[in-house]
Amino acid sequence: MSNAGQDAPLRVVLAKLGLDGHDRGLKVVARILRDAGMEVIYLGLRQTAASIVEAAEQEDADAIGLSMHNAGHLTLAPTMVQALRDADLHTPVIVGGIVPDVDVDELLEAGVAAVLGPGASAAEVAQTVRDAAAVGS
Amino acid sequence: MTPPESTPPSGRARRRGSVDELYAEARKGSRLALGRLLTLVERGGDAADSISELAHTDAGQAHIVGITGAPGAGKSTLTGQLVARYVEAGRRPAVLAVDPSSPLTGGAILGDRIRMDDVVVPGEERSVAFIRSMATRGHSGGLALAVPLAARLFDAVGYDPVIIETVGVGQVEVDVVGAADTAVVVATPGMGDAVQANKAGLLEVADIFVVNKADRPGANDVRRDLDLMLDLSHVTGQEDTNYRPPILMSSALEGAGADEVVKAIDDHLAYLGTNDRRLVRRRHRVRTEVRARIEQALSLRIEAEMDSNAGTEAVAKAEAAELSPTAASTLILDRLLGRT
Ligand SMILES: Nc1nc2c(ncn2[C@@H]2O[C@H](COP(=O)(O)OP(=O)(O)OP(=O)(O)O)[C@@H](O)[C@H]2O)c(=O)[nH]1
Ligand SMILES: [Mg+2]
Repeated sequence: MSNAGQDAPLRVVLAKLGLDGHDRGLKVVARILRDAGMEVIYLGLRQTAASIVEAAEQEDADAIGLSMHNAGHLTLAPTMVQALRDADLHTPVIVGGIVPDVDVDELLEAGVAAVLGPGASAAEVAQTVRDAAAVGS
Repeated sequence: MTPPESTPPSGRARRRGSVDELYAEARKGSRLALGRLLTLVERGGDAADSISELAHTDAGQAHIVGITGAPGAGKSTLTGQLVARYVEAGRRPAVLAVDPSSPLTGGAILGDRIRMDDVVVPGEERSVAFIRSMATRGHSGGLALAVPLAARLFDAVGYDPVIIETVGVGQVEVDVVGAADTAVVVATPGMGDAVQANKAGLLEVADIFVVNKADRPGANDVRRDLDLMLDLSHVTGQEDTNYRPPILMSSALEGAGADEVVKAIDDHLAYLGTNDRRLVRRRHRVRTEVRARIEQALSLRIEAEMDSNAGTEAVAKAEAAELSPTAASTLILDRLLGRT
C-alpha cells in the first residue's frame, strides 16, 4: 500500500479567546470551512492561549482560527502566537473579527498569519486558511 | 522498516522527522510527536504501516474502552467526566473521538472536544489526558484501520485507559466499539432509545449500559425497556451467556453517576480478567483488524484491476450486454487471483 490520502483535509482549530460574547460568528466560519472540505476542531468560547496550544498540539492542527470582538486583539493575538512558539508549534494563526486597519500591520508583525474582517466572503475565508496553512512553516 | 519520508505537499513541510524519531519522542512523552503520528495513522499508507509495526511491540497494556450511542446522547460529556476521574486517580487516559465527515464536501465539524474540555480543564493549565478528534473521512474502510491503530499507538506510548467515542449508527462504528475490551452504550430518555439501540445492533455489543440525561423525565422508562430487552434477548454480553450488562443512570452534565460508571468499567475489566475472556475479546479484535486490512488491500487491487485495460474492456462488454456481469467479474477475478 502506498501513500494513501496524501491530500488529506486541512485540520483547523477554531476558538474564541477571552471571556467575551457569543460564538455565532465562529460557528458560521466553522460551517464555511467544513463546506470547503476542511476538518474543524471546534473549541468555542472562553478559551485561553494554553488551552488552544493543547488542542493544536493534540489535534496536529494545520491552522488556528481565532475570533475576537473585544478589541483585545493587540494583546491577545501576540500572546497566542508566543504561546505556540514556546510550545515549539509553528501553526499559523488567523485572526477574525473587527480589527481596525491600523492594527492589522501590528498583528502581522507579531506573527499573525492573516487577518479577516467581518466582510470577508466564504471563498475568501477558505482561501485565507488554505494559504496560511500552505505557508505555515 | 521505515520508508523514506514522502514529500509532503508544500506547507506541510513542518511535519518533518522520521516515523522512528517521532515514535521515540512520543514514547518519551512528547505530545507534539504523538499528535503528528496520529495524523500519519489517519492518512494510512506506508507511514501508518510503519507505526503499526512499532506500536505492535509496545502495546498490550491499556484497557480499551468503547463508548457509543445515538447522536447527542451525551457521550462526550460523559467521557469528559470519566477522563477527569481517571486523571484524578493518577491514570493517563487518552480519548479518540470519532465524528462523521460530510459526505458532500469531505469536511467535518469535530465538536466532541469542547464537551470534554468543559469537564477536564476548568481553568486548569495542563491535563495529562490526550484528546484527539478524528473524522470518518467518507470511507468506512479507512476508519476500520485507523481507529484500532490509533488506539494501539496510544497504548504503546503509555496511555491507559484508551477511550474510543463513536456515534452508534454505522456498522463500522459499532464494530469498532464492539472490539474494545469494554463497550459502553449510552442511551437517553425520550426517543425510544432502547429500541433504537436494539436496531443498531448495540444491544449485542454492550458490556455496560448508561442511561444518561437521567435528570430528564423518562429515564426510568428507558432503564426498564433496556432491562426488558436484556430479558428477552438471548444475547447477553458478547460471547458469554452468564454475563448481564449492568444498567447505570447518569447525568453527565453535573457528573452525577460518573463515579459508578468508572467503577462499572473497572469491574468489567476485572471480570474479563477472571478467565480468558479478555483474551477472547482481544483475539476477536485482532481478527477483525486483520480482516479489515486485507479487505482494504484487496479493494485497492480490485480498483486497479477494474481500471486496467483488460478490466475496462470486460466492463465495457458487460455494459454492452456482450458479456454477463457474472462473466465479466469472473474474468477480472481470474486476473486478480492470478488464475489466467
Ligand atoms: N440535560 C442533560 N443534558 C446533557 C447531559 N449530558 C449531556 N447533555 C447535553 O447534551 C448535548 C449533547 O452532549 P454531547 O456530550 O455532545 O453528546 P454526544 O453524544 O457526544 O454527541 P455527538 O458526539 O454529537 O453524537 C449537550 O448539549 C450536552 O450539554 C445530561 O446528563 N443531562
Ligand atoms: Mg460527542
